[in-house]
Amino acid sequence: MAEPFLELIGIGKSYPGVQALADVSLSIGSGEVVGLIGENGAGKSTLMKVLGGVVAPSMGVIRLDGHDHASLTVKGSMAAGIAFVHQELNLFENLDVAANVFIGREPRMGGPLKLIDRRKLRDAVRPLLERLGCDFKPETSVADLSIAQRQQLEIAKALSFGARVVIMDEPTSSLTISETNRLLEIIADLKTSGVAVIFISHRLNEVEQCVDRVVVLRDGRLVGKLDRSSIRHESMIRLMIGRDLKDLYTPPAGPPGDTVLDLQELRTPAYPERAVNLSVRRGEILGLAGLIGAGRTELARAVFGIDRPAGGGIALGGERIVISGPRDAIDRGIYLIPEDRKRSGLIVEDSLVDNVSLPDLHSYASLGLVNTGREKRNAETQVKSLRIKVREVEALVASLSGGNQQKVVLAKWLSMQPKVLIFDEPTRGVDVGAKTEIYELMRALADKGVAILMISSDLEEVIGVSDRMAVMHEGAIAGILERGEFSEENVMHLAVGQARN
Amino acid sequence: MLKKDLSLLILILVIGTVTAFLNPRFISPINLSNTANLIGLFGLYAIGAGFVIITGGIDLSVGSLFALLGVVFVDLLSRFEMNWGLAVALMVLAGMAIGGIHAFLIVKMRLQPFIVTLCGLLLYRGIARWYTDDGTAGFEFGQSFPTLEWLTTGRTYGVPHNFVVFILIAIVMGIVLHSSVFGRYLCAVGKNEEAARYSGIHTGWVIATAYIIASGLAGLSSVYFVMYTRSISPASHGNFYELYGIAAAVLGGCSLRGGEGSVFGIVLGAVLLQILQNLVNLLGIPSSLNFAVMGAVILLGVLADQQFVNYRLWLRDRRAKVAPALRDRSAPAGP
Repeated sequence: MAEPFLELIGIGKSYPGVQALADVSLSIGSGEVVGLIGENGAGKSTLMKVLGGVVAPSMGVIRLDGHDHASLTVKGSMAAGIAFVHQELNLFENLDVAANVFIGREPRMGGPLKLIDRRKLRDAVRPLLERLGCDFKPETSVADLSIAQRQQLEIAKALSFGARVVIMDEPTSSLTISETNRLLEIIADLKTSGVAVIFISHRLNEVEQCVDRVVVLRDGRLVGKLDRSSIRHESMIRLMIGRDLKDLYTPPAGPPGDTVLDLQELRTPAYPERAVNLSVRRGEILGLAGLIGAGRTELARAVFGIDRPAGGGIALGGERIVISGPRDAIDRGIYLIPEDRKRSGLIVEDSLVDNVSLPDLHSYASLGLVNTGREKRNAETQVKSLRIKVREVEALVASLSGGNQQKVVLAKWLSMQPKVLIFDEPTRGVDVGAKTEIYELMRALADKGVAILMISSDLEEVIGVSDRMAVMHEGAIAGILERGEFSEENVMHLAVGQARN
Repeated sequence: MLKKDLSLLILILVIGTVTAFLNPRFISPINLSNTANLIGLFGLYAIGAGFVIITGGIDLSVGSLFALLGVVFVDLLSRFEMNWGLAVALMVLAGMAIGGIHAFLIVKMRLQPFIVTLCGLLLYRGIARWYTDDGTAGFEFGQSFPTLEWLTTGRTYGVPHNFVVFILIAIVMGIVLHSSVFGRYLCAVGKNEEAARYSGIHTGWVIATAYIIASGLAGLSSVYFVMYTRSISPASHGNFYELYGIAAAVLGGCSLRGGEGSVFGIVLGAVLLQILQNLVNLLGIPSSLNFAVMGAVILLGVLADQQFVNYRLWLRDRRAKVAPALRDRSAPAGP
């Protein structure tokens, strides 16, 4: 292993009432790929902010090339060759690739006019893109790039700063399988050219594939280090949550009942020429797997009435229904827990109680006036039964953690009578503990007779939780798997459009 | 009552006290009565402006609407000798219809509210000027409408009736905004239209209703303005009045980003604007400085409010920091 150029020694950071980091030591040598894992709130982002110079640690030393620093500045961190590829990419969509790479340090010309020298700019960017094997040009507008391409652009930007260590925060969370593989190749290339990578991810498979060693954080402490040879799924999970992960699957209380929701030749605006036939039965959790862009969310949107279907029909309990808007779906007991809860699921700057009663406000009102007492009583019941951690129901939703926010979305719908619940990525951005709770809730609801359709890109989740699984490929159902046939291989074969053997 | 409203109320009281101290005529019954009259006139449609702002939109067409509906109203009464009750109802309905057209363009055709209502501003004034050949419209000599005049410009014990109407409408709209299902929907749509849609709210209808309410109130206001001025020169009648409405709503705490606002705040905003106008007259400030004084006070008020919010956050931060430190210090003494 190369001599480490960057060392964190005994780093601690405390906020009022919270110890975000305690005695964390970590060293990075050139050409090393280090996996950093931990539950949400384990302190990963604080540690990275310390490296980025955004947060000053309250204890410990940062040793850079043999010099000790109590803290870094943003400039100092950049000058030392520490670069970030963020989860939410920080790019200017209205500019082209070259402009994004050199934003703020464009080559100038024209003397005092200080005009941007576009030719020089592009010439400087081209070799960077070639080095990463990017399939886009310096002139391409960022708005035309896919998420994977934008990420490569971010890496190119990092390299343009002469980065020695690139920190990637959840880089694969919105990539397809092939894009992920491409990224792993890039990481391997960076490694051979001597650039170190800190790879933060919840996807343990990818961590297993690409890192030299793994560092595990829990509650702000470093709880374990695993060498290449001892990196195993189970051992990582055990370290992350401090206990063994029990089997996700809880079998249903009884066999599934009649078909509740039946999609008949339903076609979505995204894939107007592909028809979907799918039925969800009473009391079952039907997983809907597939790659990003397979049309799963679009299907959910069409069923919930957000988008008008391009054709086909929907039957509920054997009766053909027309859904021309979310109100129609809601009135019939079809509810959607959307993918992006902050944008579509919740009004985060409103209180919990206001959010919970919003879809059913008329039933809390008499003569058009809202009875806030009735609203509050219902919200309190929901908080109790869903075990939402909140001081009072008037608290703003924005102040809750991801898992608790997701429970507020659920509380909205559980205040009414659900027949069909569609979960779109139910545990995205939710930590491991709350995940288990949400799975338990789904099972309990299914056992009460609700038909559940769960869209998930997380293979572990969709395999672990579903009773039956439909796999989508390019807008159509590629195949249905029964519980006995569940395996990552079977799902992937269907998801990429290969027929099952 | 919101904290914002309280600080506005305090600002009004401070300015009022200072003005009264400098010129006692400020609190003379006749001056208060006249000011109340103006508050009623300018406050009525400000409530509508606030509703539109809460959706995240804006209505710039109001001043021109006063000119257009004003000349039509005068014509209906003087030339066509229409029953005044019917004519008033027609004005309100015409306002609502125009609001409906704005809403259609904004919700269905997806045009920006600023552009739609800016075009309205140009259109309605142009039509009003063409309708009267750029002349002045007024009632026939000797024409009088005792009941209508009593309702609009009449006063009882010095209390202008239009002020009473304004307060009554403010109370109703306050209940609508703060306690009704529709009011809740309006704020939800203003804060996050997509999440509101995912909760089954017909967001298009909610936004449309806000524009219809705003233009309907403007229709009613146009009657009050006609009865106040008695004659209308469509080239200048109501110029900039939309900005008084918007200023009152924004002063009253309506965020231009949408989703926030209170009717009580809008009322206070309208009160403050008229007190400022009055203060310019009473303190012998050249009336040409009228707008400048208003602009300066609004700017200072908003700035002070922002600083006050920052100060409170800073205080809370410091308290949060001091509390654990105290706890740490006492910790070793404990068991």
